[in-house]
Amino acid sequence: MRTPSLEVSGLAFAYPDGHQALFGVDFTLARGERAALLGPNGAGKTTLVLHLNGILGGGAGSVTVAGLPVGKRHMAQIRQKVGIVFQDPDDQLFMPTVREDVAFGPAAAGLRGAALEARVRTALERVGMAEFAERPPHHLSFGQRRRVAVATVLAMEPEILVLDEPSSNLDPASRRELADVLRSLDVTVLMVTHDLPYALELCPRSLILSDGVIAADGPTGTLLSDEALMRAHRLELPFGFDPRTVAAGA
Amino acid sequence: MGAGHTHRLYRHGHSPVHRLPPHTKLAAVLGFVVVVVSTPREAMWAFGLYALLLAGVARAARVPAGFLLRRLLIEVPFVAFAVLLPFVAEGPRTEVLGVSLSVHGLWGAWNVLAKGTLGVAASVLLAATTELRELLLGLQRLRLPPLLVQIASFMIRYGDVITDEMRRMRVARASRGFEARGVRHWGVLAKSAGALFIRSYERGERVHLAMVSRGYAGTMPVIDEVTASRAQWSSALALPGAALAVCLLGWTL
Amino acid sequence: MTGVLAAGAIAVSLRGARRELDERTAPLAGLVAAFIFAVQMLNFPVAAGTSGHLLGGALAAILVGPYTGVLCVSVVLLMQGVLFADGGLTALGVNVTDMAVVTSVVAYAVFRGLLAVLPRGRGSVTAAAFVAALLSVPAAAVAFTLIYAVGGTTDVALGKVATAMIGVHVLIGIGEAVITALTVSAVIAVRPDLVHGARGLQQRLKLRVNGELVDAPAPRTPAPEADPAPARAGDAPVAARTSRRTLWLTGLAASLVLAGVVSFYASANPDGLEKVAHDQGIDAKAREHTSAGSPLADYGVRDVEDARLSGGLAGVIGVGVTVVAGSAVFWAVRRRRESEVCAPDTVL
Repeated sequence: MRTPSLEVSGLAFAYPDGHQALFGVDFTLARGERAALLGPNGAGKTTLVLHLNGILGGGAGSVTVAGLPVGKRHMAQIRQKVGIVFQDPDDQLFMPTVREDVAFGPAAAGLRGAALEARVRTALERVGMAEFAERPPHHLSFGQRRRVAVATVLAMEPEILVLDEPSSNLDPASRRELADVLRSLDVTVLMVTHDLPYALELCPRSLILSDGVIAADGPTGTLLSDEALMRAHRLELPFGFDPRTVAAGA
Repeated sequence: MGAGHTHRLYRHGHSPVHRLPPHTKLAAVLGFVVVVVSTPREAMWAFGLYALLLAGVARAARVPAGFLLRRLLIEVPFVAFAVLLPFVAEGPRTEVLGVSLSVHGLWGAWNVLAKGTLGVAASVLLAATTELRELLLGLQRLRLPPLLVQIASFMIRYGDVITDEMRRMRVARASRGFEARGVRHWGVLAKSAGALFIRSYERGERVHLAMVSRGYAGTMPVIDEVTASRAQWSSALALPGAALAVCLLGWTL
Repeated sequence: MTGVLAAGAIAVSLRGARRELDERTAPLAGLVAAFIFAVQMLNFPVAAGTSGHLLGGALAAILVGPYTGVLCVSVVLLMQGVLFADGGLTALGVNVTDMAVVTSVVAYAVFRGLLAVLPRGRGSVTAAAFVAALLSVPAAAVAFTLIYAVGGTTDVALGKVATAMIGVHVLIGIGEAVITALTVSAVIAVRPDLVHGARGLQQRLKLRVNGELVDAPAPRTPAPEADPAPARAGDAPVAARTSRRTLWLTGLAASLVLAGVVSFYASANPDGLEKVAHDQGIDAKAREHTSAGSPLADYGVRDVEDARLSGGLAGVIGVGVTVVAGSAVFWAVRRRRESEVCAPDTVL
């Protein structure tokens, strides 16, 4: 069997203020898999995400990315392998222009000159934002900023792409454009979301994180159709949406 | 301000002055200001020549006189200070229009006014022909510490975002019928300011997370490098060069 | 000369800020600067038609620490200078010395001093913030007068100007103090951990893993101030943190500033050299006493006097000297910083 992209085992963590968010999380993502991480507010989703590239740590348990344990020793490699797209693109796009922002990651890894330019162009082309390279980020629409945020991470050629609420605040057209981009990518994807139809559309597999543990793990369609499970974890489908009538995955 | 690309003082254009690399322009303005400040105040004609030099630059940069003069108004607080001087300064006094004024004070006022105006005019010209982004690159090129340049560029990137949050908070207050009319309402405003600080700080933490997630380890990677040719340097330094000649004349005459 | 002074102070602050915020300095200080920038636009109506606004030096120092405070306000001033030609680049040196360095340092010293004396609690923090902000504004006014007096070419009755300046600024200070205190107390009510000047309470953590309680290792999220110990004796607050490192750093900064002064006079005023040599003597003596007060404040004032008295060069020297001399100082400091990258406290 090939090394999985991501392996999380027994992960527990409490914040300095004493609030414990994770109580022993276990799961594995195979290479190339697209999975959704579902769960109510306060379930510990963001905390879990921040463990994946070692921003949070020091609790119990372990995270392994493509066979590499997340820890101080391999931090630079880990951060290159795990690309996190944060919820608010304004936090993610901190450089004066789109081009510089996309270049930030690869440049931090030591890339320079023509190789850097090529990397930036490819990443922007993959999200369809190549012609906006010289624009300052806050002159873009929210949907465009979200796509640039994805490009900033793609430019690092990550092993696994982690998206925190990728569809939040997007209008339907931007939401579909982003889905097209994500479907076209050939990387492992972990998508943290409340948007259950989006999860069903993009991710064959889903994990439900509830009260700091993985409460369920299975095909997205099956989980979403299990009404008792959904209710137990405060997950609700939009009005009139029936997962059984929608073709799962893509 | 806008965009981090343009700002209130910037005037878009393609003149030779616009095209000069930012650090040469910065160096030229600095040189000019130092020369002006070290000119003896008695050499009034020298200041006239400096003004002419600046007018020449403005012409080359195609910055209209009206634009330049309007921007000079920002100097007013300094003028107020200068105007006070002849009244409060001591030493021999003289009569002007029946008012007793200190001679030293008059010289002092002239000194502050002339040098201040020329300095501000040079800065306004620089700002009018250089984008903010370029200015920062130029400052970095001139060996301003990178940390300071980074702080400045973060401030510019997020200045609008934070100001916007503040505006939204004001709209939210107004929508609930609140209008600050006096000292009694300071508590509410200060609470907004406190909330704004918390939001800003937390955003700073999130930005840092996003940076760290992309491999930031304390130093910014070099992405853009500005360079200047010898010709560009010499045309930029023509201004302080000419000013220096005037200054030397001022000291010898 | 104020340029050199400002540059020196900023150089010290850059190092200090790294201690306060470690590698998070750039984004956090940048965002705090953006906050100061925005909050200066917040109008506090006084009475019909008139209104005041925050200067922010005291607020910044109390919320994020003196070094970061100095940096943030300096950057705001720099950007205002560029964006709005506000006050002009010419006066940048004076502005930074005055509005960033003096207000932040005075406010922070007063704030920590009061906290050490007052009983612990939210009320004390608010009260201390009030007094700190109140004093910081006239202190800046005094500093301005002093700078003008020793540097000005016009002999003005010092007393007269000082009285007028202080009188006006005490009034402004009251406004600043009320707003600062209210804002600090608003922050402390929600996120007390964010108020730098009032940090302290950190509890041991317990983790629950699958039902068992486990001791958590020290949190990795940086808690820069390991031991704030604010209530130690009654000595000057910043001095409590004056380690040998700081002392040494102050010495370095002071000598760099002096080096700047020497080179400046060497070219501009040959007679000044003798005077500067004498000053360095003073400096060597003074350095032994730095533990008596804030290193910044005290070398600041000393330097104004020395440099200005010996100089007598034309009035307010602005951005020219700031950057020329400043760059020299920075360059030297950075050189040093690069050579000690392996030192454990520089990165993380």
